[in-house]
Amino acid sequence: MVSAGLVLLADLVLRDKHRGWLPAVALSGLGAAVIWTVTLILRDREAVAFGGTYSLDTFSIYFKFLFIGVAGLVILASADYVKKLEHQGEFWALLMLATSGMMLLAGARDLILIFVALELTSICQYALAAFVRDGKASEAGLKYILLGAIASAVTLYGMAFLFGISGTTKLVAVDGGTSIASLVLEGDPGTRAALVAGAVLLAAGLSFKVALVPFQMWVPDVYEGAATPVAAFLSVGSKAAGFAVILRVFYQGFGFGPESFISSDWSNMFAAVAAISMTVGNVMALVQTDIRRLLGYSSIAQAGNIAIGVAAVAAGATTGASGVTFFLATYAFTNLGAFFAILAISQRIGSYRIKDYAGMARRAPILAAVLAFCFVSLTGLPPTAGFVAKIYVFNAAVQSDLAWLVIVGVLNSAISAYYYLRVVRHMYLAEPEDESSFSPTPMLAIALGVTALGVLVVGLVPTPLIDAAQRAVEAL
Amino acid sequence: MTVAQGIFYLIAALAVAGGLGVVLARNTVYAALFLILALLAVAGIYILLASEFLALVQVLIYAGAITVLLLFALMLTRVGDLEETMVGAQWPLAVVASILLVGLLITTIATSDWPGDADGMITRIPFETLGEALFRQWAVPFEIASLVLLIALVGAIVLARDEEGDVEEAE
Repeated sequence: MVSAGLVLLADLVLRDKHRGWLPAVALSGLGAAVIWTVTLILRDREAVAFGGTYSLDTFSIYFKFLFIGVAGLVILASADYVKKLEHQGEFWALLMLATSGMMLLAGARDLILIFVALELTSICQYALAAFVRDGKASEAGLKYILLGAIASAVTLYGMAFLFGISGTTKLVAVDGGTSIASLVLEGDPGTRAALVAGAVLLAAGLSFKVALVPFQMWVPDVYEGAATPVAAFLSVGSKAAGFAVILRVFYQGFGFGPESFISSDWSNMFAAVAAISMTVGNVMALVQTDIRRLLGYSSIAQAGNIAIGVAAVAAGATTGASGVTFFLATYAFTNLGAFFAILAISQRIGSYRIKDYAGMARRAPILAAVLAFCFVSLTGLPPTAGFVAKIYVFNAAVQSDLAWLVIVGVLNSAISAYYYLRVVRHMYLAEPEDESSFSPTPMLAIALGVTALGVLVVGLVPTPLIDAAQRAVEAL
Repeated sequence: MTVAQGIFYLIAALAVAGGLGVVLARNTVYAALFLILALLAVAGIYILLASEFLALVQVLIYAGAITVLLLFALMLTRVGDLEETMVGAQWPLAVVASILLVGLLITTIATSDWPGDADGMITRIPFETLGEALFRQWAVPFEIASLVLLIALVGAIVLARDEEGDVEEAE
């Protein structure tokens, strides 16, 4: 909690000084957040603050570290990019505030806090998306803000239903008082319709954040229009934060397993949404010529993959929900790596068209290798992190008797292999138009190295991260 | 039907009429005026529920400040170019979807057992309790809300800096 506060403090210092070392200040703010979180963990492993609205449990800690890592990598990667922009201070400030909003989300156990933190994150992201001043970015920002405002309204409507039926905004009560979880446990059939309506509206609003079909319209436009580092941040941060809230609300609030009388309702809902998202995302990605739009549709498909884990509720939290947390971490590494490689390449060649990536393996062998590696991971082939994550989630689905969903998933992986590997083939086999070679800037190289290493290490030795992911969901 | 119920249905009908007016009015200025009607009707419902503070704030901020701001924005931007609100080609689809959603929500509300005060009376909450709840129990969300406003400002300034009126912060 206070970690977020510290970040904000660092953030205020940084706003006043328009110097080159702004990213360093931002990074040290994150560092302070890490140290503070670790001290909090060491002092008191499980803590609930502010009348039970905010909790420091393994779940929130896991996501906090994930968000800090993502923000750190994005800062490293965008340091050179942002130098060209005016108003650098605001860029970092918005980035840091969005991150602190996400960290608040990870720990929030109260509908009001969840909503306010969600707005904090979203508004930063709207502004970031439109940060670069050109027609594309403005269009992206406008679309994002209009659809986002509607999504927020829908979320709020869902929360109003839940509050109306339960008389409380708490998902879980500390002292055994009334909460949404206790209401679900009572299983009064008279509350069922309102609970389900609330769940559906909440899921709709949150699906917007994580880019699940049918709330995915903004994704390709925003990824294409926004600055590439921002798109990287949006794709990973927004998704992880959205799924963190989904897990918190659905697993902890609505409960899972036989003791919750509505769990099968929302499980079926997520299963259907997952299947549609995977199919729509992958099929649309096939025809894209802009690599950012391709990643946009791929991120929709990946959201579908992650939602399989949410739907696999019957398998219990340790398999289903931990699949989500684990998948999110691997996806963070992989997608950030892909975006950073694209940033490095396209900044140099000034084009995002896939056909201009021809022969990139000869011009920038390291960048091409990282990008290819990340795409292999996104496809879900060994020895990458993406492979382990997909197996894990599919396994959870099989255990929950959702074999049809796994079949859809596997078919979709095959489709996705086509467009991911098409880019790879283009980079390695096509003749380059221009022979000049180049390499990334040092900061970007560090960020790329970390992500690529992350994808590889998690792919080869996934056990520590899986353990962490499982411990995280024990708190639910 | 008691008197209170009668008043409630009257005000609720006004609110719905105002809302429909906002959506259906072709002239943006009329739409803004309809918005005042809808917001005032909601304030009336608050009074009916004995929460004068909420009603007061609703009138002051929403019906007063926000609508005036909206009208000012209409006045200062070239309203002549936008005499009529735009109607997209998909409006029949939107009508069907909205009617379905309204039906669904009404069925849900009608079929659920909503908890309420057993005697059917409304407990009046004094200002002090409200203030205390806001600054003690809900202090954290309250502070974050102020941060949200701050970044909305920062974002709006960043977006509006060079070319004015290109992108407007809609929040």
